[in-house]
Amino acid sequence: MGEIKKKILLADDDPDQIFQVSHHLKKWGYDVVAVESREEAERYLESECPDMAILDLMMEEEDSGFILAYRIKQCRPQVPVIIATAVTAERGISFDINSSENRAWIKADHYLEKGFRMEELEIIIKSLLK
Amino acid sequence: MEKLSVIVVDDEPGIRSGVKRILSGHTVSFPFMDDDYGFDCREASTGEEALEMIEADLPDILLLDNKLPGITGMEVLEILQQRNLDIIVAMITSYASLEVAAKATDDGARDFIPKPFTPAELKASVDLITKQYFLKRITRTMKEEGKKIRYQFLSVLSHELKSPLNALEGYLEMMKSRELGESMQEYDQVLDRSLHRVEGMRSLIMDLLDFTKIRLERRDDKIEQVNMKERAHLALATINPLAIQRNISISFKGEEDLVFEADPGDMDIILNNLLSNAVKYNRDGGSVEMRILKQAENVEIVVKDTGIGMNEEEVSRLFNEFVRIKNRLTRGITGSGLGLSIVHKISELYGGHIQVDSKPDMGSEFRVILPVQ
Repeated sequence: MGEIKKKILLADDDPDQIFQVSHHLKKWGYDVVAVESREEAERYLESECPDMAILDLMMEEEDSGFILAYRIKQCRPQVPVIIATAVTAERGISFDINSSENRAWIKADHYLEKGFRMEELEIIIKSLLK
Repeated sequence: MEKLSVIVVDDEPGIRSGVKRILSGHTVSFPFMDDDYGFDCREASTGEEALEMIEADLPDILLLDNKLPGITGMEVLEILQQRNLDIIVAMITSYASLEVAAKATDDGARDFIPKPFTPAELKASVDLITKQYFLKRITRTMKEEGKKIRYQFLSVLSHELKSPLNALEGYLEMMKSRELGESMQEYDQVLDRSLHRVEGMRSLIMDLLDFTKIRLERRDDKIEQVNMKERAHLALATINPLAIQRNISISFKGEEDLVFEADPGDMDIILNNLLSNAVKYNRDGGSVEMRILKQAENVEIVVKDTGIGMNEEEVSRLFNEFVRIKNRLTRGITGSGLGLSIVHKISELYGGHIQVDSKPDMGSEFRVILPVQ
């Protein structure tokens, strides 16, 4: 009997990011649920629970990713959340997930700047799903 | 009323108290200043004392005698110059010492008050210094604001260029490692998407060129009598293929001989941007209505669509640089977020403005109003 595949929620309003990341996630043996907005992600979360979430920060709102991360952690604190965004470059502010104050507020387990390499993503996912 | 802080440095108590008395009742106002300026005067009898007072509380203006018991006024000026302090200095000096005047100017003194002086002469000098102070402050604020705007612009721009590059790089990596197999056909979608992102980047760069163009000085040699109907037909021809693809009908009404004195390139930018938005943000099978008319002393360009429309909050942000309305309905529509900000700037350049009337689901009407010179 094969192992049950782990399910990853992928939320991003850039269809190319969805295409590329889902392709690799599937190749690494995960099930992917891809959505293109916070709204869609919330609808999915009403009835389903993923094993992990990879969230874009800016979708309908500038902080859609934070809102989603917060929703997920509120009722399912054990689900690891990665926030992937280019926001550091966009707003000229860099926030550091390593400081405990920010970590408490952002409610994400890892922060990735877009343009990350797929190998990097694979390592992070593996360590978070251990 | 704002008070400027003044230190008067002179070893003669009579001069110090005289200056203080004259300035305490004096105010300065200029037509270009919002507020009058008054003066708070402190006294120092030596250069050393003055430097201590400056150290403790930086004044705006220093009235400085040269012949002082300890270090001279010139030496005080040199020290201030070295410390790069932001004080406007006027030397109080006698007619005789022309050398001092020349050297003091080199060291940053702004004005000379010849000794002996009448109250009117002192006031005239102080008026001049105050004006300089005001202008200096304005230039500084403007420089700082300019820097901030440039920085924001560049950081947003770099993001807008980085996103498509990330997408392209990802696709190229996929092809390089044959992620989708050995057959070229498997990569059709990847290639289509890559080309789409390249096109997006190209249009961003074109918009940027428009943008830098309007930021530069206006070039009068480009101004000519522009036949607006001709320009409109050019813009319609450009957008037509996209409109046909989405089954959107475009109608145009324009006065036959409507001529407007302008740079034809500017008019093309306005027409192209308004039309392409009206098509891009429309629904399939919708319609676009363009009118160019002369109303009183204005030329009006009106573009109305049957598209997705906007709410008030979205309209309020619309003309800012790099603003794109992001919601369920605008997903998948590409744009640089610069188009309307460019149209807005060009309209202002011609002394005109742009109006928007929009309701969600009902469509939008943009109206560019340009006064005829």
